[in-house]
Amino acid sequence: MRHRVVADLSALPLHGSGSSSQTWWGTLAFMLIEGMGFALAIGVYLYLYSLAPHWPIGAPPPDPVPGGVIALLLLASTVPNLLVARWAKRQDLRRVRIGLVIMSVAGVLPLIVRIWEFPALNVSWDSNAYGSVVWLVLGLHTLHMLTDVMDTLVLMAVMFSRHGDNRRRYGDVEDNSLYWYFVVLTWLPIYALLYGVPRL
Amino acid sequence: MTPAERDLRDAALEATEGAGALERRLERTWRTREGFWGALSTVDHKIIGRRYIVTAFAFLALGGVLAMLMRLQLARPESRFLSADLYNQIFTIHGANMMFLFAVPVAEAMAVYLVPLLVGTRNIAFPRLGAFSYWVYLFGGIMLWVAFILQTGPDVGWFAYVPLSGPQYASGKRADVWAQMITFTEISALAVAVEIVVTVLKQRAPGMSLDRIPIVVWAMLVMAFMIILAMPAVVTGSSVLIMDRLVGTHFFNPAEGGDVLLWQHLFWFFGHPEVYIIFLPSVGMLSTMLPSFVRRPIFGYLALVMSIMAIGVLAFGLWVHHMFTTGLPRLGESFFTASSMAIAVPAGTQIFCWIATIWLGRPVFRVPFLFILAFFFTFVLGGMTGVMVASVPLDTQLHDTYFVVAHFHYVLVGGAVFPLLGAIYYWFPKITGRMMSERIGRWVVGLLFLGFNFTFFPMHILGLQGMPRRIYAYPPELGWGGMNLFVSLCSIALAAGFLLFFVDAVRSARKGPPAGDNPWDASTLEWATTSPPPPYNFARIPVVTSAAPLWDERAALPVASGLSVNRRELLITTMGTATPEVRETSPQNSIWPFWAALATSVMLVWSIFSPWALVWASIPVAITLIGWFWPRGTPEDDA
Amino acid sequence: MSAFLLRCVLPLLLLAGCSGWQSALDPRADAAQELHGLFWLFTITCGIVWAVVMLVLAGALLRRPAAARPEEERGRAERRSGRVVGGAVAATVLVIAGLTLASFFATRGISADHPEALVVRLRGFQWWWEVTYDDPSPNWVFITANELHLPLGRPVRLELAAADVIHSFWVPNLAGKQDMIPGRDNVLAFTPTQAGTYRAQCAEFCGLQHAHMALQVVVETPEEFGRWRATQVAAAAAPESAEEVAGRAVLEGKACAACHTVRGTAAAGTLGPDLTHVGGRRNIAAGMLPTTRGAMAAWIADPQTIKPGNNMPMVPLSADELQAVSAYLVRLR
Repeated sequence: MRHRVVADLSALPLHGSGSSSQTWWGTLAFMLIEGMGFALAIGVYLYLYSLAPHWPIGAPPPDPVPGGVIALLLLASTVPNLLVARWAKRQDLRRVRIGLVIMSVAGVLPLIVRIWEFPALNVSWDSNAYGSVVWLVLGLHTLHMLTDVMDTLVLMAVMFSRHGDNRRRYGDVEDNSLYWYFVVLTWLPIYALLYGVPRL
Repeated sequence: MTPAERDLRDAALEATEGAGALERRLERTWRTREGFWGALSTVDHKIIGRRYIVTAFAFLALGGVLAMLMRLQLARPESRFLSADLYNQIFTIHGANMMFLFAVPVAEAMAVYLVPLLVGTRNIAFPRLGAFSYWVYLFGGIMLWVAFILQTGPDVGWFAYVPLSGPQYASGKRADVWAQMITFTEISALAVAVEIVVTVLKQRAPGMSLDRIPIVVWAMLVMAFMIILAMPAVVTGSSVLIMDRLVGTHFFNPAEGGDVLLWQHLFWFFGHPEVYIIFLPSVGMLSTMLPSFVRRPIFGYLALVMSIMAIGVLAFGLWVHHMFTTGLPRLGESFFTASSMAIAVPAGTQIFCWIATIWLGRPVFRVPFLFILAFFFTFVLGGMTGVMVASVPLDTQLHDTYFVVAHFHYVLVGGAVFPLLGAIYYWFPKITGRMMSERIGRWVVGLLFLGFNFTFFPMHILGLQGMPRRIYAYPPELGWGGMNLFVSLCSIALAAGFLLFFVDAVRSARKGPPAGDNPWDASTLEWATTSPPPPYNFARIPVVTSAAPLWDERAALPVASGLSVNRRELLITTMGTATPEVRETSPQNSIWPFWAALATSVMLVWSIFSPWALVWASIPVAITLIGWFWPRGTPEDDA
Repeated sequence: MSAFLLRCVLPLLLLAGCSGWQSALDPRADAAQELHGLFWLFTITCGIVWAVVMLVLAGALLRRPAAARPEEERGRAERRSGRVVGGAVAATVLVIAGLTLASFFATRGISADHPEALVVRLRGFQWWWEVTYDDPSPNWVFITANELHLPLGRPVRLELAAADVIHSFWVPNLAGKQDMIPGRDNVLAFTPTQAGTYRAQCAEFCGLQHAHMALQVVVETPEEFGRWRATQVAAAAAPESAEEVAGRAVLEGKACAACHTVRGTAAAGTLGPDLTHVGGRRNIAAGMLPTTRGAMAAWIADPQTIKPGNNMPMVPLSADELQAVSAYLVRLR
């Protein structure tokens, strides 16, 4: 077909952030998928809860302390998370590097505490359906923490490499920070569910 | 690369390098390398889409062979041609294969191939994810069929109800193969869904505002969102099932506080939307093909788009549709009846709009249009029986009988496969550059239409006469023998139709007459480029001025220049009005998605045997993912 | 057009001629009758809708619009089509609403649970049915298998449960199906209105021998039912001939007794069907074989060839033992 040039795109920026970035949309889409996964796991919990004559089944309610510590750690981590995104927006390489180191630590710490959280559930996954579902929900959240921490570590390594000072990388840092909010935010309802519902 | 080289634009090229320089440069930038490794590394959505389509049709053929084996078994009462064990594997794999390895993947496949062309962009969003998705799908399909050949094919039905599929009643690894096959296809489906969503929202050609998006693209977008919202349910279900089987959890064990119906809720929360995930892309394709054969734009564009969205939303409200005989609370029954039937309203709206389109147009009876007519006859009938099974009381007689077998084949084959085959005839020239045979095509339509209806219509009656589904044998004294024999005989015509279709496709791909850019004189953007399209799709990005750009801009296509020719660049536009925002790069070819898919497949297959696979095999997965995302300093990485 | 006639008329003729002892089109109880009416209401309504849609489509294909029409006339045609489509959508809503209402009333007509109802508990096993007749007086409680007797005209309440996997109880002539689900109890209520023998078959895929899991329902006069119940409550008939005595010894002494109960003998297993009156049942092996001495012997000799995968093992017996035990079992009327 013959062409008739009616517009010139050459003046457009070479990389967008936020809603003009594909990865930002991709991150949102993956959050939707995983949010759906969380919603379903919570749904399974509530479904089994609605059927059971006693809840929790054959176990004392879980000990809320380790999970509470994690909640506090996660909430505290939103401060460096906010800062690292802001620094990335400003393309401040030195600060972004420092911020990612802090975020790596902030991600690993709750993972370490989680080692004590599983025993604090006071029930094994194979004792009954209650045990199965609390392990499922906690395991699912742990998996998300783990993948985001891995992502942060790799991103940190990239930022310390010669590829670091690049607008795409700063965009990646911002998207990673967005995803961390998702990990933090999902923990709050899950915490309320795991430790609140058995005490109703 | 210096900014000057990177920004080397097409405007200056022809002056300095002569005619065709633009195309040559773009070809070099976007091409797929020759040879084995080139083939494994490509991220061209057209190559991946083509592979996806061919693979899906290969699985269709395999599933069809299983169907014929079942018909052979059921042709006479108490037949001993297949053992119960083999028959149960065959009907399970027939269903799982058709749903998970054919119907959903083929819809995605068409989307992967067509959507970037239809919206006027150079590649799909996240094309490496697309490559990854294809390999995961292929490996998952191979796993299922290898398991079947090794006599470990799943034998618990495509729905794998617990406790039959649970640790107590399904020993061996058959049910695990089923559960992991689900995981494979869900991973690949979710990956493609994300690609489609981002491509449609952000990569449309300038000027393709929401009211100018081809309806098939709307349908693919809704399908992608449905995949995103529905598939996590079956992933959750199958993961939890495999946990019950492998590590002793009790989700579905009533003795330990679990519940058997929990599985059905999870499965059908996915399973019912699944039907529309299959159906919507096909009717979307129909809506986009139809104008070419009635020589006028579609009637009721807005109504059609709203209907597609309404179906997408309503589909999530009727999963209980499949659980009418499980003993629901009486109170809920009327609600479920009403919500199940409500979907007939948007479905009907679509039918009426299409008929109005034909009424106002001037039909041209080519093969794709004949498939559309076959669709009308068959799908509307399937819709009617759909209204019948949507009634809770009536469904207690129809559920799990051959009536339902007839019903869903009418809606899935009539509603989804007929338009899909029409779409293959329609887009085949774009994909291969050659036309399929009009003469053979008419035979294909005829055989499929008659074969299908004579095979499946009698099944309604068999169901009413009490024949349940999923039985490998039936006693002679029930009198089902005659009709079953008739059905089996007619299925030969159906199979012959498919065979002829494959023959035509293979022959035409090599020897068909050259098609030219726009053999149907169609109105959408994919016909603005050559057939088959070059690696970069469009030498210049089209600028869209109406809903039927090729009809309204016959003299010359308005285009935009200014994208780099020395690196892979495409255009990001705003979501609502498709106003240009950013010149974004598109990734280079890479072998890493292949390795990542291989590592993921090893992990999933291994986890059938040991939960530790998830720990140990995640290491290679992580390594391949790092290899995939690690920056390489290519021109595409500049910003 | 002939294809159209063929498609419309032929099935109707076929349906009209349909009757059978496992057919939803030959209702013999109030519930099935209600559903049968609903079925025809839906079928006729949907058939008309389908035919109208096809006729309009045919009209759209056959009409020859003028090659070139002025712009304004085309606009008028578009607007007219818009109104027709709108009307068709409204009609769809009406039809759907009407059918929903009809479903609602059909459900109300079926669900009545009667206080006087005969209560029978049915339990699905892989791949047979356990039938327990409940009664306030323990003397009148008994267990049988694969055959359900119901008195004509008396409301019945079937309490459905599953022993292993999900099964579904379905006697199309009498009522719609209802699933039997482990861990959940379901109820099916209806009143048989015509005497006869009907066939039920498991309708939810339940594993290897799902195809061979049938149950006979015998609807008989209250007097016949009373006689049958009196027989069933009694202990097993005593063996008469020497061969039958030997048969009982085989039953009690070999593996049979580990799974089967014959009341009045030492056999008290509970894994398989109760055999106290097996000789009086029309079929053995959940509907697979007639209850004859030869079939019984064939079944005991090699259950895995007749019904592969079922839970009855092949018990090694001598030819004499096989003859004796078959003779004895067939005697147990």
